[in-house]
Amino acid sequence: MNILISNSSDEPIYMQIVNQMREQIVKGELAEAEMLPSIRSLAKELKISVITTKRAYDELEKEGLIETVAGKGSYVASINKDMLRETKIKMIEEKMAEAIYTAKLAGLSLEELQEMLLLLYEG
Amino acid sequence: MSNILEMTNVSKRYKDFSLKNVNLSLEKGYIMGFIGPNGSGKSTTIRLMMNLIKKDSGTIKLFGLDSEKHELAIKDRIGFVYDENHFYEDLTIQEIKDFVRPFYTKWDEEIFEKYVDQFELSSKKKIKELSKGMKMKFSLAVALSHHAELLIMDEPTSGLDPLVRSELLEVLQSLLEDENKSVFFSTHITSDLDKIADYITLINNGIIQFTKPKDELLEEYCIVKGGIDKLDEANREKWIGLRENAFGFEALSSNKQEVRQHFGDSVMIERPTLEDILVFFTRRADRVSSY
Repeated sequence: MNILISNSSDEPIYMQIVNQMREQIVKGELAEAEMLPSIRSLAKELKISVITTKRAYDELEKEGLIETVAGKGSYVASINKDMLRETKIKMIEEKMAEAIYTAKLAGLSLEELQEMLLLLYEG
Repeated sequence: MSNILEMTNVSKRYKDFSLKNVNLSLEKGYIMGFIGPNGSGKSTTIRLMMNLIKKDSGTIKLFGLDSEKHELAIKDRIGFVYDENHFYEDLTIQEIKDFVRPFYTKWDEEIFEKYVDQFELSSKKKIKELSKGMKMKFSLAVALSHHAELLIMDEPTSGLDPLVRSELLEVLQSLLEDENKSVFFSTHITSDLDKIADYITLINNGIIQFTKPKDELLEEYCIVKGGIDKLDEANREKWIGLRENAFGFEALSSNKQEVRQHFGDSVMIERPTLEDILVFFTRRADRVSSY
């Protein structure tokens, strides 16, 4: 697992941890059931406070990405495949909406846009 | 949640200075940084905790025990590091260790040796031959060698170079890997605390201004800079450490969200450091800028 903390970033440190761990979990770089470092050793390694790492883990737990068993530690939760698909579809919709907006600005018709999509999709 | 340290309504009056109604508590397993300008009452507060001076009123509890009634039992579980050397200058490290050791029921020679090794202290050296950094490290080695559950340090980083300071912070964080240990330290070098402290308590003029998780503090507070026309009587008293000059004003706010909503982009909003917060809080309100 890689976590890099920037002290000059505007993003709070706990969010930096959340975002980087989420990305690695979604990409599968952190595998299901993999043990994560304890909040105390993570704090020590990253030279940040225990409260910060605790907050990051709490957040990841809320998102359902990790699970914590008292006395045992935290590990990567089994990701719900449907949920993951849902999230990705939402992302595609957002990007498409953006593309449509730009197309309209450029005066492209739906047909022209569809043609473009077809070409790109078939690569 | 168990508080390892708890001061309730503690007051102490001196002729020219008084500590007023101090309330302070630290949960087990965390680091608290105690900040304030020189002469604000940091050392007095720590001396009260350590029962080195008598309080006028209030209660002080460590590990749930009264600080006066159970002084010995408490001190057996505390590691204490002063900012100044408190050992006899003419004795060697070895001699001091042999002298201190019998006072602690849980003294652990192995741990002491480990730290002497790690800190590269030579046990034959006399205290007066040690550099300031070495003295602090020796003091720390002694404080850590009897399985103390709480480490109390009065300005441990003052006068030390950045390298030794960062070594100290590393030792503290290793200690905190054990969730049963806690650390309380005072300092005016706030950049050290920026990294590792869980909680920050600010004291000024003998009055505790706040205790807050450091992350919350740095997220909620903001520095605001803007044109004088943005100041009006209604919001004037909300500002902390307001400064005006001919070209604008700057101040600290404890509510970034409110400032954003109220002013939008018409003022500059910056993320403060602990040092900024300390400075704005302790600025003398009666000192008006030149006109």
